Order: sequence, then C-alpha cells, then structure tokens
Amino acid sequence: MPQYVLMLLEHEDWVDKQSADDKKRAYAEINKWVDDITKKGIMKGGDELQPQRTATTVRRVNGSMKVTEGPFVESKEHVGGFMMIDVPDLDAAIAVAKSWPGGDVEVRPIVVH
Amino acid sequence: MAAIFHEEAGRLTAALVRSLGNFDLAEECVQDALVSALEHWPREGIPRNPGAWLMTTARRKGIDRLRREKRYQEKLADLEEPSMSAPSATLPDERLELIFTCCHPALAREAQVALTLRSVAGLTTPEIARAFLVPEATIAQRLVRAKRKIVDARIPFRVPDREELPERIDQVLAVLYLMFNEGYLGTGRRGASDRDLAAEAEWLTSLLADLMPDEAEVLGLLALMRFHLARAAARFDARGEMILLQHQDRSRWDRRRIDETFAIVGRFVTMRHPGPYQLQALIAGAHADAKSWESTRWPNILLSYDALIAINDSPVVRLNRAIALWHVQGAEQAYIELFRLSEELDQYHLYHATRAELLRALGRADEARAADRRALELTENPAERALLSARLA
Repeated sequence: MPQYVLMLLEHEDWVDKQSADDKKRAYAEINKWVDDITKKGIMKGGDELQPQRTATTVRRVNGSMKVTEGPFVESKEHVGGFMMIDVPDLDAAIAVAKSWPGGDVEVRPIVVH
Repeated sequence: MAAIFHEEAGRLTAALVRSLGNFDLAEECVQDALVSALEHWPREGIPRNPGAWLMTTARRKGIDRLRREKRYQEKLADLEEPSMSAPSATLPDERLELIFTCCHPALAREAQVALTLRSVAGLTTPEIARAFLVPEATIAQRLVRAKRKIVDARIPFRVPDREELPERIDQVLAVLYLMFNEGYLGTGRRGASDRDLAAEAEWLTSLLADLMPDEAEVLGLLALMRFHLARAAARFDARGEMILLQHQDRSRWDRRRIDETFAIVGRFVTMRHPGPYQLQALIAGAHADAKSWESTRWPNILLSYDALIAINDSPVVRLNRAIALWHVQGAEQAYIELFRLSEELDQYHLYHATRAELLRALGRADEARAADRRALELTENPAERALLSARLA
C-alpha cells in the first residue's frame, strides 16, 4: 500500500504558552489518536520533534557543508512532528489528517521506487 | 457529429482512466479514436452505436500504443481482455468519478477547471487556452502538473463517501460556476469562433444533474446558469455595448427556456434543502419572470438575499441586497445600508457604480458623478468602461 507522511505543524507559541493542564489534555488526546490509528494498522511510525529553537541546519555552501544555527526556514508555523501512515489513496490519507487532534497537517506521498 | 463527440469524449476518457489508471494515455487514445471517426464516419456513415464504435477504436489505439511501450505490459492484458474488448451499449458511465477526480480539492482551482474541460468536456488544450486568453503552454503545463499530482499523490478515481460528498460537490460546483462566469462575463472579449465557456459549463452542469438527480444545489446551479443564458441575447446592443438588466429589451429573452428552467426550480424547491446556488437561481428567476424592472417582485428577491446572507454572508451579497432594498424601502434606506460597506468594498467598482445610481435617485448629482468616476478608475472590463463613460458624458 502507498505510504504518506503527515507533517504535523504547530505554532511556535504553542509549547511555551499552554498551561500544564492544557498540555496534559492535549497529549492525552494525541495519545488516544495514536492508539486508535495503531489499532487500525495504519500507523507506520512517527514522533514528536523538539521545538524549532533546538534546530541546527547543515548547509552546503560552495561545495562544503557548513553548520548553521536555527531551522532551514524561519517561520511562525513549523513541523512539530511527523507520522508515516499506510493507506490506499490520498482521500484516505486526508481522512486520517482530518482526525488529527492538533493543528494543521501537510500530507505528502512517499516516492515509490 | 460534434454532439456525439461531446457526449462520448468524457465517457470514453472516464472508462479508459479506470482501466489504464493513466490520464495521459487515456486522453491520447480518445483523441486517436475521434480522429479516426472524423476519417471514417463522413464516408461510411455514423455507426448505429457510435459510443461502442469509439470505445472499440480507442481500445485498439491503446493496444497499439502500449505495444510500443514495454513497461505497460500488465495494462495491455487489461485492454485485451475479452470482456473489455466486446463493444457494449451498456458501458458503465464513469463520468461522475471523472468529474470528482478532476475537481479534487488537492488540485489548484485553475488546474481543476482546465482538467475538467479537457477530460470531461473533451476540449483540446488550444481551445482551453483561447477560452481563457492565456498561452497554450500555460494550459499544457497546468494539465501536466495536475495529472502528475493525481498519479503521484494517488488521488482516487471514485465518487466520494457520503460524509465527504457535500464538501466535494461544493468544489465541483465552484469549478463549474467559475467556468460559467469566465465565459458569461467575458463575452465580447473573445472571438466568435471560440468554444463558449458558458455553454460548456452549462453542459457539464446538466450532465452532473443527470448523474446526481437528487442533489438540490446541482439543480440550483443549473437553473441559475439557464436563467442567465436565457437573457443572453438582450445583454449587448448592436455595437456590442453592454445593456444593464433594467434597460434590456425583455422581448428578446428566451421565454421558452425561462419556462423550462422554472421546472428545474420546482424540482429543487420540493427537495427542501436550500443552498446558495438555489437562492441565486430564485433571484435570477424573479428577474426572468418580471414583465419590467419596476414590476419585479422585489420583496421576494429581498427575502432570498436575506436567506443567502444567513448561509453565506459577504459584502458583495450585501451590495446586491441593497439594490433590492432600494426597490422595497426606498433609496434613502438603501443608501444607509450601502454606506456600511464603504470600507470593505472601496476597491470594488460595482460598489461605486451602485452608489452613483442611488445618489442620482436621491438628487445628489455631483456626488453621483464622482462615484461614477471612481468606478471607472477601478474597472478594466471594456464593456463596463463604455457604460460608465456614457453615464459621465
């Protein structure tokens, strides 16, 4: 079956500005969601990422790799996690994305070689 | 023959996309079959079952193409299967699947429009390019990108599930309405020989209404388009200048077409599932039904606008509502309503044109001229410019 990566976007303020209780509730929902798609056999792995401020980018500059501080592109919204799922087509992937209890989701198919 | 091609091109493309899983190949085969028909039919006569003839030919052309391309060996087996190659009059109509795939929300709006015209209505790439007044290469690229996304992201070839359906129908209707407006509002900018986008959109919508007879909004859009088209002959004068609804010669409206369209209105009204296209059709119908601008049933139109605002509020709808309000409660009241939109619609030429009319009705001629001048600054549409210039002269 074709696979898709759901890139889970989050707002930069989210992690810092939530109260401990809100965070707990949000994680409970997310865990439930992960359990749910795992039971359905759709889930092929994925994880939450540390916030954008932890990012380091290695860029190719004039042919050599140079380490720079910060993310690849600075923006208010960034990839906060990713899930790989295994579903028959884009509509099925969109349905899974719609059920995600967090923020926006970018759906990208994986290249089949 | 043109009518047969129109009817069959989408049907053939749909069936071949299903069996080949490949838009490009499907379209090439359909083109081949149509060219072949152009050679044979004038000499040998139109076959008794033209659809089956075209399908058999398209499949044969497909097999030829596939034989030349080794990597499609499995597909070749599909096409050569006896069940597929027997010409059949009861070929399942998969154009609905095709329409939903072409109008999938994962495709850009302009790609949805181009792909629907290409695959379902069977227009060629140059025809689409001429209709939109853009270079052929632009349309070709839009089509290539869209088809590539369908394959790479695996956009499915099917009618959406019940829960997805309302949202997806909205997408399809938005594509068809955009296509219609592009043709209807753009009349005059285009040469007479070009395929008429408004007519194509109307044809596609009536096809959709046949395929989904229980969808009230599909009927609503169809009725809306047909009311507009019934009045088309009165929209321009002999010199090609636009005539506003209130000044149109109503004897030139297509009365029979208007009556037929009211039968569609009757159908969706009994479904009791109102939506924005149905409400707009009711408004267009109230205009089409009136003997004169003055005797139009304005209170009914005002009610439809109120319902429309309740579903789908927008400043442009409120602008149109203000015109209805003028005829129900007077220019003073309408002007007050209009004034509330001054910020949001300051860049919209029709806001200023309407303001000018109201100011004239209120006897404020100087302010009216200023508003007309502002409207003229904001539009590039030649027909509208001519109209505004005439007012200012």
